[in-house]
Amino acid sequence: MNTHKKHGFWHRYFFSLDHKDIGFQYMLTIFLMVSIGGFFAYVFRMHLAFPDMKVPLFGLVTNKDYNMLITNHGLIMMMWLALGMLLAVAGNFLIPIMIGTDDMAFPKLNKISYWIFLLSVILMIASFFMPKGGLGVGWTLYPPLSVGDFGYNTPYKSFADRFFTANTFVLLAIAFEFTSLLMGGINFFVTTLNKRAKGMSLLKMPMVVWMINIANLLFMFSVGPLVAGTFMLLLDINVGTGFYDAYRGGDPLLWEHLFWFFGHPEVYVILLPPLGILAEIISVNSRKPLFGYKFILTLTLIAAVLSTMVWAHHQFVAGIDPRAATVFSIFTIIISLPFAGIILAYIATLWKGDLRFTLPMKWALGAVALFTLLGGFTGLHLGASVFDIYAHDTSFVVAHFHYTLFPTVIFGSFAAIYFWFSKFSGRKLNQTLGNLHFWLTFIFFNGFAFPLFLLGLAGQHRRIADYRQFEFLMQDPLPLYRKIATISAVILILSQFIFLFNFIWSLKRGKKETENNPWQANTLEWQTSSPPPHGNFKVYPVVNYGPYEYNRPDKDKDFTPQNEI
Amino acid sequence: MEKIKKLTWREIPQARLAVWTLIAGEFVIFGGLIVMYILNRLKYESWGEMAQHTNVWAGTINTFVLLTSSYFVVKAHEAAVHKNKAQIKKWIWLTIVCAFMFLGIKSYEYTHEIMHGFTLPGKHLVAEGLGVESRYWSFYYTMTGLHGLHVIAGALALFFVMRNVTKTGKNYQRIEAAGLYWHMVDIIWIFLFPLIYLIH
Repeated sequence: MNTHKKHGFWHRYFFSLDHKDIGFQYMLTIFLMVSIGGFFAYVFRMHLAFPDMKVPLFGLVTNKDYNMLITNHGLIMMMWLALGMLLAVAGNFLIPIMIGTDDMAFPKLNKISYWIFLLSVILMIASFFMPKGGLGVGWTLYPPLSVGDFGYNTPYKSFADRFFTANTFVLLAIAFEFTSLLMGGINFFVTTLNKRAKGMSLLKMPMVVWMINIANLLFMFSVGPLVAGTFMLLLDINVGTGFYDAYRGGDPLLWEHLFWFFGHPEVYVILLPPLGILAEIISVNSRKPLFGYKFILTLTLIAAVLSTMVWAHHQFVAGIDPRAATVFSIFTIIISLPFAGIILAYIATLWKGDLRFTLPMKWALGAVALFTLLGGFTGLHLGASVFDIYAHDTSFVVAHFHYTLFPTVIFGSFAAIYFWFSKFSGRKLNQTLGNLHFWLTFIFFNGFAFPLFLLGLAGQHRRIADYRQFEFLMQDPLPLYRKIATISAVILILSQFIFLFNFIWSLKRGKKETENNPWQANTLEWQTSSPPPHGNFKVYPVVNYGPYEYNRPDKDKDFTPQNEI
Repeated sequence: MEKIKKLTWREIPQARLAVWTLIAGEFVIFGGLIVMYILNRLKYESWGEMAQHTNVWAGTINTFVLLTSSYFVVKAHEAAVHKNKAQIKKWIWLTIVCAFMFLGIKSYEYTHEIMHGFTLPGKHLVAEGLGVESRYWSFYYTMTGLHGLHVIAGALALFFVMRNVTKTGKNYQRIEAAGLYWHMVDIIWIFLFPLIYLIH
């Protein structure tokens, strides 16, 4: 089985069929996208706090630039970072090795998924350079803005005029990305059901494998109508159908329904994999079994079903029936219950545990704290239509979703990287730099996002490029809050360079990982060498124990690897 | 009759499991379109008048063509179970001929409709103030066009799988997987046909 040869750069990064290599390809591509999205955030935050200033590395920000920057920041971070990192990267690295098999069920399909993902990234980047500039319609792509001036009653435009626009390219990029993730999702699903190690029943799978698969199924279920909807918007722009163009009897609200029927389950799609990652890390570092494995699983399934019934809470001001708004409010508030239950189960796992404050544990606890206390809690407020109508489209909403997504997506990804880095690279990350990175990120993330709550309550609308035209938004202390938010955001972005340096340096020169199982964890990936050979295991494991059996009374050590006899 | 054994997850062939997952995904995509169409249809009664301009005869013949092709695919599957290459070739080619017949009849319909002015931007309909009605044709062309693309994809899949299987004499289970996909294409048409052609 172990016929691993040293391959050249091209072979390893473009044509490899190994799930770990493909995961690494995804990760590098996503790092590229994040740096673009982060740079955009830096430019428009600087512009908001210091209008008229020539932003270093960019120049003067016009209103059109501002629209383009916020649109593409949102799209890149939601579609490519969050979905890509937590479905494609986490799924590729973790699923085959954690269920004790050599590779995906369809390695070639896996490679093709990555290539389509790469194509979508290229199309997205190409959209910035279209003759009329990047897309500036808001990341939700609402018509009529996103249909642009291609409507029926505008002068005739040739096909090239319609096709070579940011609108077309962004929609194509999104369509290709969805295709890639759907193909990857089929692969993960089949791999999980079909290729588990001997003895690994469904209820002996690690929680993160469950979570990625539930997220994938939820993604498959919710994205279908939006795939059709994206296709329809492309046709509206390029062929002249009338789905969304009101002049031709179209209905702009239709897009909002399609978008949010995907968009709201999507936030749970990107919440579930980090919750799984946190389950692994918290259980290992508390030296205790995960509290309520089946309980967490049941709650997750309930939440997945409920998540498809809450989408219209994004549309409370879009003219939907107030009776419908009440129903959606109630469902939105109910859906916080399963997640509260999951978080309580994690806290119960910590309770009276033998806690180890390792780096991944710090990220995990930070994620739990911020997500619960500020992200989830303000979600309850925004879920109620009475408050949402007041706060709609203000910075309060921006602060809310940064407090929900940043702790889960970013903290969750970092927790995973600090946890599994040594397994997949065979080298250790530098701990001092890691600690510095964690504390800077933790402090300055709060410094950036918390003032936005206050600004939002004061009435700051999120899609206005220059607040000086509104006197009430320039009263003290609002400009000060804006400056605090901006300076924190800049430090937050700069501190990610510490991580980048640590990552690249440790990959090449880091201390060699001598142990196979440095965290003394139970799951199967720790029972093979670091880095795992091509094919993952020298001898295929046979599973006898559950994934979280720490401190079994009948064993003399405090952990029991799943394949121990 | 042999007793049907209940398979565990691990015993299901990978290809079958993957195609069923793919079919689930496709059904949500077409399901989204169909639900949107039905909601609009209930809202605008005038879409019924537009539906009268479709060619019911051509649609009916096409339904029969697709149903027949499904029979051929089942026969091909049976031949694959017995590993009979000549029979596989015969039945898959018949299926592909049906796919071409379907596409031919569909293009005849499109030509007819476009000649009567039911085009995509629907200029004369909008000019007459019939914007809502022109949207019926948006749905008509999108749904049948997307289905047509699936017919082409299914025929290509059948062709390549057949070539691979008859050349190498391995992987007979692929005939079943491609056949499953073909049945899905067929079933989607069974939904589209009454919705588009029959309800006036």
